[in-house]
Amino acid sequence: MWIAIGSLTAMGLILGGLLGVAARFLAVKENPLEEELKELLPGSQCGQCGYVGCSQYAAALAKGEAPITLCPPGGKATIEALAKKLGVAADLSDHEEKVPQHAFVVEDLCIGCTRCIRECTTDSILGANKLMHTIIADTCHGCSKCVEVCPTEAIVMVAIPVTLNTWHWPKPETAPKPEAGKLHEAGAV
Amino acid sequence: MKEYALLIISAALVNNVILARFLGLCSFMGVTTRIDTAVGMGMATTFVITVSSMADWAVGTYLLEPYGLWYLRTVTFILVIAAAVQFTELTVKKVSPPLFQMLGIYLPLITTNCAVLGIAILLVEHKMNFISATVFGFASSVGYSLVMVMFAGLRERLALADIPRLFAGPPSGFIVASLLALAFMGFSGMAAS
Repeated sequence: MWIAIGSLTAMGLILGGLLGVAARFLAVKENPLEEELKELLPGSQCGQCGYVGCSQYAAALAKGEAPITLCPPGGKATIEALAKKLGVAADLSDHEEKVPQHAFVVEDLCIGCTRCIRECTTDSILGANKLMHTIIADTCHGCSKCVEVCPTEAIVMVAIPVTLNTWHWPKPETAPKPEAGKLHEAGAV
Repeated sequence: MKEYALLIISAALVNNVILARFLGLCSFMGVTTRIDTAVGMGMATTFVITVSSMADWAVGTYLLEPYGLWYLRTVTFILVIAAAVQFTELTVKKVSPPLFQMLGIYLPLITTNCAVLGIAILLVEHKMNFISATVFGFASSVGYSLVMVMFAGLRERLALADIPRLFAGPPSGFIVASLLALAFMGFSGMAAS
């Protein structure tokens, strides 16, 4: 019995020791920047940047292989945050600022094929086979993937209307600069 | 030399691990949806089986046999296999992160792949010498990889084929696997088991 116990213990110790040494030699250095960049991205995996998902885009950003302007759902705020994190100048010249949008199903054209439902990354499309679909505007993040797959072009992107619920004070840096003498109109006074 | 050639053909084709001995069926159905994952899995398993068959031969011959510890063979073999798998996992993670992500849970699951333990027990029970044991382990795992890659290719075609809805996916996969096993029966009689 002692031989059995002793030999198993010895084998365990030797193999464990070997693995410990191997783990030190084969340690993978993971770039901590990747994780931080991923935090800055929206995380809805829409794929509009051309990468499979947000983590792949973050990896490419960390290596410096991708421009920081590729994320449409993130918009200007994300570009600026990425520029700050990576220490590069944010080149906003080819960035067209869009107002926040959500998808909308034109009900006359919808044939109920469910293709857009499969494409939606935020589960914002409601509907069933051969029944009309509709979009839950509150959770739609405007990635416009459903627009591309719709065979009848029944989905359009519409600007989110400004209502009492969606209106907010403009952020200081994005607000138009008030002209002299019109301060009260811009809400600064 | 002729003896080893026969051993290789016997282990890789005639008594193929998957299609004749029916070992390692979990990964056979699990990671054969794409050829490149099947190739990666085949290479990882080949490494594990070859290393563990050498180590298990040494453990069986110098420890279990002389001290009459035969009843401990499953535990000790699994211990050696688990260490080899851990080492493989570290290496794959270092060398090829995409492959590491594609294999996912199936990489640590090589530990419980019965093909690995089955080959170790077979080579100890047949009382092979060291070179035959190594050749046997390597040839068996080459047979395993071969069948994995072939089946992955078939399944890639199957995924595009127009199959009645009842049989689409795994059911047609199982039927094709049985046909492949039938085809491999054609090798029987080419070499003594």
